[in-house]
Amino acid sequence: MNKLFATLLLTLAALPAQADLKVFATVPEWAALAREIGGDKVQVYAATTAFQDPHRIEAKPSLLAQARQANLVVAAGADLEIGWLPLVLRDSGNAAIQPAQPGYFEASAWVNRLEVPTVLDRAHGDVHAAGNPHVHLDPRNVLKVGEALTARMAELDPAQAATYRSGFKTFAGKWQVAMARWEKEAAPLRGIGVLVHHRSFVYLESWLGMRELGALEPKPGIEPSSGHLTSLLARQQATPAKMVLRAAYQQDGPSQWIAGKAGIPAVLLPYTVGGTLEAKDLFGLFDDTLQRLLKAAR
Amino acid sequence: MQKSFAMAALLAASCAAQAAGSDADLAAIRAQIAEMKQSYEQRIAALENKLAEAESRTAQSAAAPVAVAPAAQSSASAFNPEVSLILQGKLRQMKDIPNRGITGFFPAGVEGANGRGFSADETELVLAANIDPYWRGQAIVAMADGQAEIEEAWFQSLAIGHGVGLKAGRFRSGIGYINEQHPHARDFADAPLMYQAMFGDSYAQDGVQLKWLAPTPLFVEFGAEVGRGANFPGTDRNRNGAGGSALYVHVGDDLGVENSWRVGLSWLKTKAGERSADFTDLAGVTAQGAFTGDSTTWLADFVWKWAPNGNPKYQNFKFQGEYFARQEKGALNCSSADAASLCNVAVESAYRTRQSGWYTQGVYQFTPEWRAGLRYEQLDSGTRDFGLNTANLAVDAYKPKKTTAMVDYSWSEFSRVRLQYAQDKSMAGITDKQWTLQYIMSLGAHGAHKF
Repeated sequence: MNKLFATLLLTLAALPAQADLKVFATVPEWAALAREIGGDKVQVYAATTAFQDPHRIEAKPSLLAQARQANLVVAAGADLEIGWLPLVLRDSGNAAIQPAQPGYFEASAWVNRLEVPTVLDRAHGDVHAAGNPHVHLDPRNVLKVGEALTARMAELDPAQAATYRSGFKTFAGKWQVAMARWEKEAAPLRGIGVLVHHRSFVYLESWLGMRELGALEPKPGIEPSSGHLTSLLARQQATPAKMVLRAAYQQDGPSQWIAGKAGIPAVLLPYTVGGTLEAKDLFGLFDDTLQRLLKAAR
Repeated sequence: MQKSFAMAALLAASCAAQAAGSDADLAAIRAQIAEMKQSYEQRIAALENKLAEAESRTAQSAAAPVAVAPAAQSSASAFNPEVSLILQGKLRQMKDIPNRGITGFFPAGVEGANGRGFSADETELVLAANIDPYWRGQAIVAMADGQAEIEEAWFQSLAIGHGVGLKAGRFRSGIGYINEQHPHARDFADAPLMYQAMFGDSYAQDGVQLKWLAPTPLFVEFGAEVGRGANFPGTDRNRNGAGGSALYVHVGDDLGVENSWRVGLSWLKTKAGERSADFTDLAGVTAQGAFTGDSTTWLADFVWKWAPNGNPKYQNFKFQGEYFARQEKGALNCSSADAASLCNVAVESAYRTRQSGWYTQGVYQFTPEWRAGLRYEQLDSGTRDFGLNTANLAVDAYKPKKTTAMVDYSWSEFSRVRLQYAQDKSMAGITDKQWTLQYIMSLGAHGAHKF
């Protein structure tokens, strides 16, 4: 029986003997970045889609099976996936992807986070002790994360290190050109006041110089209430917002309500890769985000 | 710097006013100004150098993680484990039945099953942390009046790899589906009848658990446990070696982006030594039955979850069911101190039972805050062969049934209040209408729940 089990174990262990680096990305944006860097040398699995709230995912069997075989987990970090990822990592039986191992990478650790709370109290809602985790909507952060991710991929897969570095160099070159274009195009957005559903756009706003005048969620993670929406509407007189933003995975009801009452456009932003048809990759994500913002600002 | 420029300008102005002054004065002033200019230029150059240095340093540091300095945290307390405290209390209205049990089943002894009115129930304290790079530990202490029970206290491996997970200590067994779920994570205020009949509530033991996750795209997990086996249906027998063992396999996957499922098959074997419970003998007198023998339980479970776009936040549906079959083989000793009892002189006999049961439930979350659920369950007392004691003890043949409906409201992920109504026919001849109003509040660390 023991021998049989050992043989079975060995056979199964030998099955996935492919050389490719297997990347388990918790969110589509970092899956897309890993693909940009690794090209066809990496197998990238995205644990969530743009239509799923990354805070509220469950430790599904499929995620465990994928994490079991991953060489590298790329997480957003800053507690975004705290409700499911720690469980997936621990139950995966995969020693390489545990926190503090080279196979565990947290994107938000490589950028300056905004909104790091000075007071940690759940009376302020589901606050993240390490700051706002939605860091990817500032393209400068994408570049910083990309540089660190390239180094990590090269460390884990030295045979392809040169490929990853040149992959990133090509990406960074195109990204910088695109960033200059975006910043130019986005000039009319500077100083515009916006409302947001959840505080998922602070990095975008800080990059483009937009002003966030309020969130439809009374506190992070608490659903919009009619009382809170009414108070936001009342504030519209003194400090008028030009539009109300929501991510593809958020319900449209609250932003439609306030848009209708205040006579401002409700703007759906892809938020991440795959959130709209146009947001096919990271470039498409920013192109489409800007097009949608500019259209609403007109 | 601005101030210095202003002074220079003033000086220049005063120079202009003294334009009629001597050339010597003028030369002295020029020299002074030149000196000042030179000194400022040097200082500006120094500052520029410093700035350039700082800029290159931040450029370099882009390659290192940006650490957020924890505010005023001493290094000793920074290593404190994740702490959470679960408050769960209830208000319950039901019939007053002195010896609440499940007709036709050897009583597993459900704690607090008869509590009516207001109660703070159990308060659960959870402490967890990584011990070092190789191990993680967790303890769950359930506190109630006058007692603190170690519900779980285990450590688990982080660094074995190859899909292997090792856990040792006191832990909830991986058998079945809801067995590992603590009461606060369940969808109803009480455990299904099936779990009450099988284990009292859930099965935990002191021992070792070994799990292996297959390296396949399909989720396939095998688990094996050996332990003390001191809890019902086993008893503490103070022996060397293992008193209980379990094996299980779980298989699961996604169907498209909206559906996820898991099925499981489990086997549990325990041994009991003089496991005693009250029986009613044929003379209608209470007698004590003590069972010594083996208990084998098979469990089959499945769960299916659906959410539009796979995003469970706004709407989701969860459907689950479990089935069990248990076989007990051994001896039954019937005794009673009551002279009227047929077991006044202890009678030893064979004991063989084959019993089964199932439950199925569906819970629909229709807004981020509201959920509603329905559960139906049925047990079968099956065959009960008491051998010689058939002449002394009543052998109840009964199919206990229970239907439960609940609706709950969550302000956030951390607070929930639930109203539950159950029509309980778990005791022959009694229909108990039970109302439960329950709250579950989680303080502290953000917990993660299993699928």
